[in-house]
Amino acid sequence: MESAKKGKTQSKQPPRHPLDDWLRTDRMPHIWCPGCGIGTAFSACLSAMAATGLPKENFVMVSGIGCSARGAGYANVDSYHTTHGRAIPFATGLKLANPDLNVVVFSGDGDLFAIGGNHFIHAARRNVDLTVVCVNNYNYGMTGGQVAATTPHLAKTTTTPRGNPENPFNIPLLAFAAGAAYVARWTMLHARDLMDSIEEALKKPGFSFIEVLSPCPINYGRRNKEKALDTLHIYQEQTIIKNGAHPAELEGRQDGKIVLGKFWDVAKPSCNELYEKTCRPDFGKDHAA
Amino acid sequence: MEPAVLTGTHYMTGDEACAEGALAAGCLFFGGYPITPATEVAERMAERLPGVGGVFIQMEDEIAAMASIAGASCAGVKSMTSTSGPGFSLMMENLGLAIVTETPCVVVNVQRAGPSTGLPTQGAQGDMYQARWGSHGHYEIIALAPASAQDIFYQTIRAFNLSEKYRTPVLVMTDEVIGHMSERVVIPRAEEITVFNRPRAKGRKDRFKPFEPGPLGVPPMAIAGEGYNIHVTGLTHDERGYPVMSVDCQREMMARLIGKIQNNLDDIIEVEGYLLDDAEIVLISYGVSARTSRAAADEAREMGCKVGFLRLATVWPFPEKHIRELAQRVKGFITVEINFGQIHREVERAVQGKAPCFLAGHCGGTVISPDAVLDIIRREF
Ligand SMILES: Cc1ncc(C[n+]2csc(CCOP(=O)(O)OP(=O)(O)O)c2C)c(N)n1
Ligand code: SF4
Ligand SMILES: [Mg+2]
Repeated sequence: MESAKKGKTQSKQPPRHPLDDWLRTDRMPHIWCPGCGIGTAFSACLSAMAATGLPKENFVMVSGIGCSARGAGYANVDSYHTTHGRAIPFATGLKLANPDLNVVVFSGDGDLFAIGGNHFIHAARRNVDLTVVCVNNYNYGMTGGQVAATTPHLAKTTTTPRGNPENPFNIPLLAFAAGAAYVARWTMLHARDLMDSIEEALKKPGFSFIEVLSPCPINYGRRNKEKALDTLHIYQEQTIIKNGAHPAELEGRQDGKIVLGKFWDVAKPSCNELYEKTCRPDFGKDHAA
Repeated sequence: MEPAVLTGTHYMTGDEACAEGALAAGCLFFGGYPITPATEVAERMAERLPGVGGVFIQMEDEIAAMASIAGASCAGVKSMTSTSGPGFSLMMENLGLAIVTETPCVVVNVQRAGPSTGLPTQGAQGDMYQARWGSHGHYEIIALAPASAQDIFYQTIRAFNLSEKYRTPVLVMTDEVIGHMSERVVIPRAEEITVFNRPRAKGRKDRFKPFEPGPLGVPPMAIAGEGYNIHVTGLTHDERGYPVMSVDCQREMMARLIGKIQNNLDDIIEVEGYLLDDAEIVLISYGVSARTSRAAADEAREMGCKVGFLRLATVWPFPEKHIRELAQRVKGFITVEINFGQIHREVERAVQGKAPCFLAGHCGGTVISPDAVLDIIRREF
């Protein structure tokens, strides 16, 4: 990576990490708990941003509120930590106002699919050129482990002490149905696939969505008899990679396996492109906004 | 390219004049959601923005609309939304975000009678306290109240200028009557319109602190994509923009956010006096009720009463000093507004018992007639 190549002050400075340029190292240590998966998902995201080779100053990270949403605070790019659920409409404003920006939304499952669910489906429908990375830890980590729209049926959380009576969203299916151009799901254990997937999504115009399963040992694991390591074993042993699987067929497999992979990847004009074509076909390229 | 400034004499509604004012001020992004009686602002912007190089988007709700204009502003583009009561309620959380992140933008509230869905097509001025305190926490806000189609054109430009200058959202608190009434609007030539743009970041990118105050207590703004690697958060933050969860940091941040408004009141506050020199009774009003008050003052003068009128073109921050000064020399005040006494209370607070204060108020749904004001004059003075 660039910074390693320079190696100017090697003798005096501590060794540099390849992601140092992309990380606000002055904000370390981060807030994430030991055993939490967010850090791994986050570094896969930063690595993917670096790997694209696209100009760093054009990257913007937008987050909502939650443990995962603290990502924006650690990314050394222009970064916006907004309100709970509203990262996507904020990011939509950024992207429509300056199409040159490469806008990444990094946030949690509660943020993006409960309070922010409406914004998610509309951004997917409009095919806003965003890359949305959702850290799905099956609960609201930050507020102490309440039920989320992704919590499995019967799982225990502080607000479902008798088990979750409701069913969770199949979020890749939701993204697909709403019109996303790119849909994938990985776990943070599949860090390499995850990174490749995010990189691919970043380079792709249109609305890209990547779900990352990630342990929250402190608030979810503890109440569901899953130690951090147990969750990783599940990610290793009870998953199956099926690229191209139809999003409707991801849940309810007989073998109980969680399906991972890239499920959907189509080319279609982005929101910005459609606006230009529809609203000012004769305007020329150099519009001000 | 079409002209952003439609120089000439027009006959247009207040809502349309509002949109034209925004365009003349350099607005290039509108994120909105339809609601009576504000829809025509959005419709005009949808029609006009593509031709001037801007973007219009109808978002999925007003929460998203407010978030989108904050986002667009962070990308360096002047942005606005327009709404009415129910939508204004939904915007409150992200209004607070824009305040604390010092993101310039303009929110127009074409007020209708509430609470709740209320009287969608009929005017009121019941959201004045919501404009002041609708988002949580303690903060300063700028709210302007235009009194005609011509004035809304002008006040919308002023809203953008103040929002850019002080890096804060500015509210244009108009009402259904002004919004829907067609009047003569004269739009000057572009060169005659003063347009202010936010102070911008300069200097070394690795040393820049996004919330270090510049002149007027306002930090120069780095916009997304310039390479400053700024962090912006709704959490309490220091000059680097980094969250710091301490009372000291909260105190410092709040002092500056409040100070940048409170220390520049003379620049922000605009009032208009009418027949005030010898006035014994002063009518205080804003928005459409300013027209009631002007008519009432004229009629009262014909009756031989020395009545004057103070129009608050800026309602928040409240023009307390002007009213306190008048309180030294007049016999009393009547606040004229379409609610049950929101600005009236502020007037009482400013007058501090030095003169009696009365309210010509109304439940909303129609304007206040000058007779209601004259009745109070006859009864109380
Ligand atoms: C409007 C609003 N409601 C509630 C909250 C409290 N809150 C903070 S984070 C959070 C949930 C976050 O869950 P998720 O997005 O899954 O993130 P995680 O912490 O699990 O990464 C909630 C409810 C808030 N900040 N704002
Ligand atoms: S509460 Fe859970 S999600 Fe939040 S940092 Fe701790 S382990 Fe991670
Ligand atoms: Mg979560």
